[in-house]
Amino acid sequence: MDDLYRELIIDRYKNPQFRGQLDPADITFEDDNPYCGDHIRVDVRLDENNVVTEARYSGEGCSISQASADLLIEYIHGKTLDEVKALTKEDVLDLLGIQLGPVRLKCALLSLKVLKAGAYGLGEATDDLVE
Amino acid sequence: MLDVEKIRRDFPVLNREVRPGVPLVYLDSTATSQKPRQVLEAMDNFYRASNANIHRGIHTLAEEATASYESARRRIAAFINAAHAHEIIFTRNTTESINLVAYSWGRANLQAGDVIVLTEMEHHSNLVPWQILAAERDLRLEFIPVTEEGLLDLEAYHRLLDLRPKLVAFTQMSNVLGTINPAAEIIAAAHQVGAVTLVDGAQSVPHIPVDVQALGADFLAFSGHKMLGPSGIGVLYGRTELLEAMPPFLGGGDMIKRVELRSFTTNALPYKFEAGTPAIAEAIGLGAAVDYLSAVGMQAIEQYEREMIAYVLERLEEIPGVRVFGPAAEHKGAVASFTMPEAHAHDISQVLDELGVAVRAGHHCAMPLHTKFGIPATARASFYLYNTRQEVDRLVEGIYRVKHIFG
Repeated sequence: MDDLYRELIIDRYKNPQFRGQLDPADITFEDDNPYCGDHIRVDVRLDENNVVTEARYSGEGCSISQASADLLIEYIHGKTLDEVKALTKEDVLDLLGIQLGPVRLKCALLSLKVLKAGAYGLGEATDDLVE
Repeated sequence: MLDVEKIRRDFPVLNREVRPGVPLVYLDSTATSQKPRQVLEAMDNFYRASNANIHRGIHTLAEEATASYESARRRIAAFINAAHAHEIIFTRNTTESINLVAYSWGRANLQAGDVIVLTEMEHHSNLVPWQILAAERDLRLEFIPVTEEGLLDLEAYHRLLDLRPKLVAFTQMSNVLGTINPAAEIIAAAHQVGAVTLVDGAQSVPHIPVDVQALGADFLAFSGHKMLGPSGIGVLYGRTELLEAMPPFLGGGDMIKRVELRSFTTNALPYKFEAGTPAIAEAIGLGAAVDYLSAVGMQAIEQYEREMIAYVLERLEEIPGVRVFGPAAEHKGAVASFTMPEAHAHDISQVLDELGVAVRAGHHCAMPLHTKFGIPATARASFYLYNTRQEVDRLVEGIYRVKHIFG
């Protein structure tokens, strides 16, 4: 448990750095985890070269889902849209620095799923985006 | 009085440690109950000694299998005081039982503009089948509101009856709030306006005495796995005259009397609604489960759980910030859904799991109810005849651990 709730996660959950919404934004997308009701929205601004200049997330959920969103949104600043599209499950787990069981993995990957669905301009966020 | 230590010895899984040195505290019986060795042995014996298909062969094993299966049906009928064993239809679970009524009775009896009355505290299994039917037949769904306290607003219900609903379908015990609804009163009022009634007994049948004749219920749906039985077996009770008039649900073997290439005639009750080889061992397991519950006594179980939930609420209410949903102990079964300001339900459940305490986290298949209370999720501790006060104390210790980590 000390691993799972390492200081970084508790700290980002309690004191998020990138929580909020952007209006206007170039990419806005939101979705739920139907099993637990967690909800994440991401807003991303891009410059003329499709580089992320500003990004925020909002929503509700457990410490894992919220902390991973906060870390992920921080990480994509300065990345190109193509780099965002290429992000994987491993990138998020590296940011969190923990191993997760199958249920909590869904919590951790919700923000990536939402971000990638928005980046690709899809109608819905599907699990194959993060597998 | 109930001998909990003796009961616990019947449940092999309760001896296990979740991790070395961390014994299991199982507080998730509302999701599914644990199984006593009597149920496991009944199923094991069936497979070892008399496995055969039912209602078909003339050989000894087939006759034994049929006799065991039908004996289970009779004991289950007696358990809920059904007038006839043929009023017990074996299904997979509560969900399938309700879907059976929606597809068969619903399609035969409901037309555009007809009203169905449900409640705001329904499990998705008693919402979605009616939503599907309503969309198909252009029906109107109305809902008995839930008060802040977690009770049904019965005055509002009586006003809804002015709409002359064709069906009133409601849960006898909420799987989130624990609320025990006044089923007999709701049914009597529905019958006054000519409505048919369906009781979702998924939570009530395992935990309190349920007598379908005393209730006057037209349909009662419940699941084996929440009442010490195996998964894969459930029951639809229906009054004979309603079941007789209903068209079949699934077509196939066993539900027919005679088949020609372009037509068939249906079999008698209950077989008319049991197409295909059923879950034979599971029905036998459920028979053993009702024997076990009857031997302990449903009144003793109800009484034990009433004392348990009073203690649970007393302990939880002393923890700052913990908010328990649902009515006071006298109106509720042994279910405590709660939130904490410091931590999301998932995190509560995860920390508790580290201490061996198994609780459910989420919306418990009742999203509209959570929306009503303005919360995305709750942690839910639920109790059964094998839980102890010491286990409640472990839960409370775990909650303090959550406060320590997230506080």
